[in-house]
Amino acid sequence: MNTEVLKGGFGNAPVDAAYAFRAAMKAMACPGTVEVLQGAQPPAPVSVAAGTLLLTLCDPDTPLHLAGDFDCEDVRAWVSFHIGAPVVAAEVSMFALGSWEALAPLSRFAIGTPEYPDRSATLIVEQEVLAQDGMALRGPGIKDSVTMALPETGAFQMNAMLFPLGLDFFFTSGDQVSALPRTTKVEVA
Amino acid sequence: MYVAVKGGERAIDNAHAWLAEERRGDLNVAELSVSQIREQLSLAVNRVMAEGSLYDPDLAALAIKQARGDMIEAIFLIRAYRTTLPRFGASAPVETEAMACDRRISATFKDAPGGQVLGPTFDYTHRLLDFALAADGEVPNIAKGEARTEPTPHITDFLNKEGLIQTEATSEDVPGDLTRAPLELPANRPLRLQALTRGDEGFVLSMAYSTQRGYARNHAFVGELRIGKVSVEMEIPELGFAIEIGEVELTECETVNQFQGSKTEPPQFTRGYGLVFGQSERKSISMALVDRALRWEELGEDNLGAPAQDEEFVLYHSDNIQATGFLEHIKLPHYVDFQSELELIRKLRREALENANPIQEAAE
Amino acid sequence: MSDYNFAYLDEQTKRMIRRAILKGLAIPGYQVPFASREMPMPYGWGTGGVQVSAATLTPADTLKVIDQGADDTTNAVSIRKFFEKTAGVATTEETGAASIIQTRHRIPEEDLREDQILVYQVPIPEPLRFLEPSEIETRKMHSLEEYGLMHVKLYEDIAKHGAIATSYAYPVKVEGRYVMDPSPIPKFDNPKMEMAAIQLFGAGREQRIYALPPYCKVVSLDFEDFPFEASKADHACDMCGATDSYLDEVIMDDSGGRMFVCSDTDYCTGRRQAGHMGAQAAAASAALEETAV
Repeated sequence: MNTEVLKGGFGNAPVDAAYAFRAAMKAMACPGTVEVLQGAQPPAPVSVAAGTLLLTLCDPDTPLHLAGDFDCEDVRAWVSFHIGAPVVAAEVSMFALGSWEALAPLSRFAIGTPEYPDRSATLIVEQEVLAQDGMALRGPGIKDSVTMALPETGAFQMNAMLFPLGLDFFFTSGDQVSALPRTTKVEVA
Repeated sequence: MYVAVKGGERAIDNAHAWLAEERRGDLNVAELSVSQIREQLSLAVNRVMAEGSLYDPDLAALAIKQARGDMIEAIFLIRAYRTTLPRFGASAPVETEAMACDRRISATFKDAPGGQVLGPTFDYTHRLLDFALAADGEVPNIAKGEARTEPTPHITDFLNKEGLIQTEATSEDVPGDLTRAPLELPANRPLRLQALTRGDEGFVLSMAYSTQRGYARNHAFVGELRIGKVSVEMEIPELGFAIEIGEVELTECETVNQFQGSKTEPPQFTRGYGLVFGQSERKSISMALVDRALRWEELGEDNLGAPAQDEEFVLYHSDNIQATGFLEHIKLPHYVDFQSELELIRKLRREALENANPIQEAAE
Repeated sequence: MSDYNFAYLDEQTKRMIRRAILKGLAIPGYQVPFASREMPMPYGWGTGGVQVSAATLTPADTLKVIDQGADDTTNAVSIRKFFEKTAGVATTEETGAASIIQTRHRIPEEDLREDQILVYQVPIPEPLRFLEPSEIETRKMHSLEEYGLMHVKLYEDIAKHGAIATSYAYPVKVEGRYVMDPSPIPKFDNPKMEMAAIQLFGAGREQRIYALPPYCKVVSLDFEDFPFEASKADHACDMCGATDSYLDEVIMDDSGGRMFVCSDTDYCTGRRQAGHMGAQAAAASAALEETAV
């Protein structure tokens, strides 16, 4: 067994996860804000923030999709040891991790049902950087409007139109996280 | 003079101290031991295990002691403890066919293989207070018989040989777990049975009784009632086979109910099923009747609007820990809401009186 | 309590609750089903709020717990003690000093900030429940955005009483989509729900979590000719003189004597410390000092 796999989990799970969740919650509650998310040391190409999110939110009850380069032996082994989430196809996943390009097409993911809109996938999109300029965001959690760089515009506008169904996104880079729930209206600034 | 009430913490501590004193009672009377409760109040222990969903006679006895004999409070203590326990896995389904029966009766046949075994039952006791028990609890000295070794097959299997009773659908699906997933409706039979077996005995009894009195009557015969120990086995992945990890006492009841038939299928009896921890006959018979009533849709019967046919009603109201908590919470302060009602009712009355006596108002 | 995990709940349970909170924030006002655990306190006494707080707390938090607006009501004391014991967090009675506030039946008078979280205890999360007892039916109504029944009820009130006869747990519509139960807060508090803090709602027995992100649009249901009105007793606080706070009516004697005092005890104390005086403050504070000895 590759002992590298044993490393990179939380040092003090109850406390590390508590801080991590608060950062993730703040990000989801206030789209466009950037929070620091630390604690995990996942194998490449997974960022510290994305690995920390997985440790905080995923377990054997949450089918996980690994897209593109993220579906590799090291990541699978790390997920299997530290998280226990079954690695599955996009269509049946609750969480998905990958680059924006690899996660496409988004239509593969569950958007919930009219009676249970919460049964929708949460996508963790790894990015080079999280820049706070670009599109203008409005909606719940945003006082007036904020700006945020997004990989594209149309997909998020389409997603918002599905409300109350739809996908929810985390964006991660290094030890940073931001989020975009289905309620956020995205416009070219 | 108004003084804001302070000192909630001290009041709570004092209440707890007084409660402990009341639990102990007169110090001149010997303290009750947990093992005395376990051995001599075993039916109370069984109920706490069944509705607490935790098979541990010692803990159930401790809970009864701590709760001063309040059964729902004792069940609550066990439930709250149970949620903190780690889960190592799930056992294999128990084989009640292989039960070492202390009691086994059938109302549908005069005799059957395995015999009619009365066991330790209140059934034919005359309910006369036994004043001798007030003095001592010595048991009469009766010669022990030989334990029966013959197998005790299920009564319904005999009926099944002729095809007279509906065969239950088998499934390899992992049943849902009420304690680990939010209840979603419509539920299925495994979830209903889970809710019934941990449901309040009084509630399940009354629901069952209502079916007997005509609210979705389903003509139940007790095909079989058996009580005894079964072994619990668990698959150990590392070993590749199942090993026995212990045994539990169970009460199982299978009812034989009114038959169904259609143009394509000849008439067959149907079943209701009850399975409860410990010796809990009343509960397991009740459970079987309610289970049968809830199967109306699956068995092609009419919805008569009876309470026992209403899955949502039964499942949402069978749990006594939920019920007692919500019922008793109305004794918590609600003065903020009451104040808003006071304001509203004064306003509505003022307006109503003004509208009723406009001239008088103007004259004043 | 070293036998128990940080903040009592095991990590798997916390993850399940945390996932529900995130979906709740993403779908404001929608009730997310969650596998509520049996807590060491009775259902109906705040098990939902306690589970949400437990999944949200960090060791760096300062927790405030109120019931009816007061920090010293017995159930608030009991819940605060639970978290002091199981999470070791700092606690406070000062609204401004708290990072998480768990509440039953009130929203604090002081405006909450972006770095604060308000956790509500909710008995019946379904605003349509008293109009339609079946969960299957109400779930359908939410999915179809079919809220006619609620408007009919409010309108019947007007026909019968000349006013909407709901004074607490007054239903709101969130972001123009879901009708939501604000928990049994007096309708006086409804307008405060458009706030800077994150609001989380936990209903333990009913197994539901819902949420409002900051600055979420929350509108109390009403009619054009019968607009919503956030009412309170038409008095000033007899202790601190506040005219903008929700008041409790306290019976003083058996000949009809009574006084009105702030339900938010921290707000009232803060005002008095700043020198504000109500009509009966002088006598009352003298008595307070006597009892403090």
